Amino acid sequence: MSEVSAHAVQNHSVNHDVAHHHAPPQGFIRKHVFSLDHKVIGKQYYALALVAVFVGMALSWVMRIHLVWPNAPIPGLQWLSKTGAPGGIVTPEYYLSLLTMHGTLMVFFVLTNAPFAAFGNYFLPIQIGAEDMAFPRFNMMSFWITFLAFCILIAAFFVPDGPPISGWTAYAPLSAVGSDAGPGLGLGQTLWGLSIFVFCIASLLGSLNFIATTLDLRTKGMTLARMPICTWAWFITSCIALLAFAVLLPASLLLILDRVAGTSFFIPAGLVVSDRLQPHSGGSPLLWQHLFWFFGHPEVYIAILPAMGIVSHILINSMRRPLLSHRVVIYCMMGIGFLSYIVWGHHMFVSGMNPFSSLLFSFPTLIITIPATIMTLIWLGSLYGSRLRITAASLFALGFISMFVSGGVSGFFLAQPSIDIYLHATYFVVGHFHMVMGVASIFGVFAGTYFWFPKMTGRMMSEKLGKLHFWLTFIGTYCIFMPFHYLGLAGNVRRYAVFVDDFLVPLIPVHRFITIAALLTGAAQLIFLYNLIVSRFRGEPAPPNPWDCTSLEWSVPSPPPFDNFGGKHPVVYHDPYQYGVKSSKADYVMQDSPEQVNA
Amino acid sequence: MGKLFAVILVVIALASAIPIITHTWYGSGITLAPPPDISTHGHAIDKQLSETMVEAGLAFLAAQLLLAFFVWKFAGRKDDKPIKTFPGGAKVMVIAAVVLVGSEILALGVLGQKAWANVYFKPAAPDALQIQAQAGQFAFYFRYPGIDGKFGALHPDKIDEGNSNFFGLDPANDVESRDDIVSGEMAVPVNREVVLLMHAKDVGHSFYVRELRLQQDFVPGLDLSVHFTATKIGKYEIVCTQLCGLGHYNMKAYLNVLSQEDFDSWMKQKVSEQ
Repeated sequence: MSEVSAHAVQNHSVNHDVAHHHAPPQGFIRKHVFSLDHKVIGKQYYALALVAVFVGMALSWVMRIHLVWPNAPIPGLQWLSKTGAPGGIVTPEYYLSLLTMHGTLMVFFVLTNAPFAAFGNYFLPIQIGAEDMAFPRFNMMSFWITFLAFCILIAAFFVPDGPPISGWTAYAPLSAVGSDAGPGLGLGQTLWGLSIFVFCIASLLGSLNFIATTLDLRTKGMTLARMPICTWAWFITSCIALLAFAVLLPASLLLILDRVAGTSFFIPAGLVVSDRLQPHSGGSPLLWQHLFWFFGHPEVYIAILPAMGIVSHILINSMRRPLLSHRVVIYCMMGIGFLSYIVWGHHMFVSGMNPFSSLLFSFPTLIITIPATIMTLIWLGSLYGSRLRITAASLFALGFISMFVSGGVSGFFLAQPSIDIYLHATYFVVGHFHMVMGVASIFGVFAGTYFWFPKMTGRMMSEKLGKLHFWLTFIGTYCIFMPFHYLGLAGNVRRYAVFVDDFLVPLIPVHRFITIAALLTGAAQLIFLYNLIVSRFRGEPAPPNPWDCTSLEWSVPSPPPFDNFGGKHPVVYHDPYQYGVKSSKADYVMQDSPEQVNA
Repeated sequence: MGKLFAVILVVIALASAIPIITHTWYGSGITLAPPPDISTHGHAIDKQLSETMVEAGLAFLAAQLLLAFFVWKFAGRKDDKPIKTFPGGAKVMVIAAVVLVGSEILALGVLGQKAWANVYFKPAAPDALQIQAQAGQFAFYFRYPGIDGKFGALHPDKIDEGNSNFFGLDPANDVESRDDIVSGEMAVPVNREVVLLMHAKDVGHSFYVRELRLQQDFVPGLDLSVHFTATKIGKYEIVCTQLCGLGHYNMKAYLNVLSQEDFDSWMKQKVSEQ
């Protein structure tokens, strides 16, 4: 107790003030729609991510089918776009629209929202013993602004010129010169820019809130070192997001201005598009790439760090022992966060930037493997001698490690400029980032869902269906994304609507295998959706601490009351992961238990 | 259940390695490896790729098999034995990662620089053949300087695809452009160094020839150059790898590597077509 600092006592009084700021709301709108409660907002983010992920997945289905059966009509698609899919057959430009919308939805509205904004919002305040976020009103705003960004993006599906086609990276000048460059580059592309601009505002508000909450609202005894790993991960992620989105915000604004106000930030002189000399001069396409990737690379870690935190939290609980080192893992995450800012140029090795800078960007990219390897070895080494409990959550956490390794080793190829000459813009890259950023991060979200669902809803999910979901998804995702690497080695170029080149046609059978795997794996996600919905209403009632966990979120009822701790302020006595404790009757001691721990 | 995970993971890890080792798609005739290299610089890249494949492949297998083994051994443990800690703890992990990965980075980093430097830092020979490539939605065009050895200047406002003035030349006023040869196919003599001057007409594109181990973006407003020497006679596909609009998938041309005699007669024929 002696180490409880004056700072923590101060926090106590801050908490006290917050408690008076907002009493539980009564009306439906205040309670469920424009709620200030971080738990409701967390669930709203989760719901938005869930909608986005199913839309994004449906788009990928259409793309996969079109790639291998280009002339097969997809029933119902003509309703979505008469011009883009006449008779249900996807046109090349509509394929690019699907690709752009898939990437944008997944990266921004799923991989940023689900592991970070959704779970972070719900659990960060509870894990540090706070009653809410530091700025509840900002928090509500950040969700609704994100929702607005989502609506703007979806609106792009329904504009006459078609949805944007320049990919989620929106390279200028294709994204900047307007409809001269072809269909999908008119209003749809402007809406894309606007959606990203709005999304950035929301993310900045959200990250500020996470940082302020973590630094100021920790309860008595909750020192920084006593924060659970996932709290740390969300905190570090919010620091990364604050700096990354702060760059994408002006970049997207400049792109919009190039499109609508006749400026030339990204458009040089002398371009002839569709036989029309463009009235621009002085801009630089590489400037867009630098700004975009200055955001874009940290974004990868915005997606993966929260998943690392969630997976560590769940693994520790399932292994019934702390990791080999709490501190080293946190330092590694900080190291990854820092390095993520000086590696963006590895997306641009063949972009025409100075070839010397390629070497400069290559080095920190390779270095980032070191903290990533340390974390992997610590996860593996911690499994040794543990008492691992297999649940749907821990299976997805183990699956995460496997996926992270698989996606990570391919990064070793792409980090080397010389190899990137051959592999750049091939399916090798697609396989790499889908595994390490997409699938691994989504596995973190699945693990988090099976683990925290009882706390969030007061009901248990079906473990049986959860495990079935895991086996199908684990095998399925390997069947989809491993072959991408092989195709890349054969030089299979990405972002092609149809494979017509002599060297690509023989590869189509491999694509067919991937498409079938994608359809089946996608169908397996319906098991998850079913489990989620049915358990929400019919699941077994959840006890406060079904997994014998130590952190504060499990010290309160399921679901937690409005102010999280029922008007009390928890006091923290221990490091976050007191598992395998010999002196205790159970094998664990909770963070807020005054019980002495003799290691 | 832990044992099932271990078995499935081992099967996945081994099955993943098969196409890498056999270079084919599970016994079918589909080749899943880079085509034979036809350049002077590509050998170093291939070597780099295969060395990285060995190291990354071993790391992949080791990590996956270790994960499978630990889960097999420790999942659902019912015995009363206390929880053990890996000998050496986190310190061993940190040292292992720094030493193993660090040495790998040094080895690959140094070698990789050589392969990269071959392409980008070694200047082209002064007598190299100069060819200008222009990328536009959705075609490549190639320009040879003609007998005078000089390229005529480009005038974007003069571009007129209907009259086959793809580059925007002005032969009426510009003497140097009069003998320039424009072709939709790229012919080069074998074993002769070629400097490719890259010009984008409208949006970003890229020049990718798998067999040449060469990929370079066309950046609007920024004229870049790369150089290479093709060492094997044959016809190879040039494809665009930078998303450039609806016809991106269909933007291609052929690289025709000819013997010096064939190249000369090709050139003669082009001159007579002018």
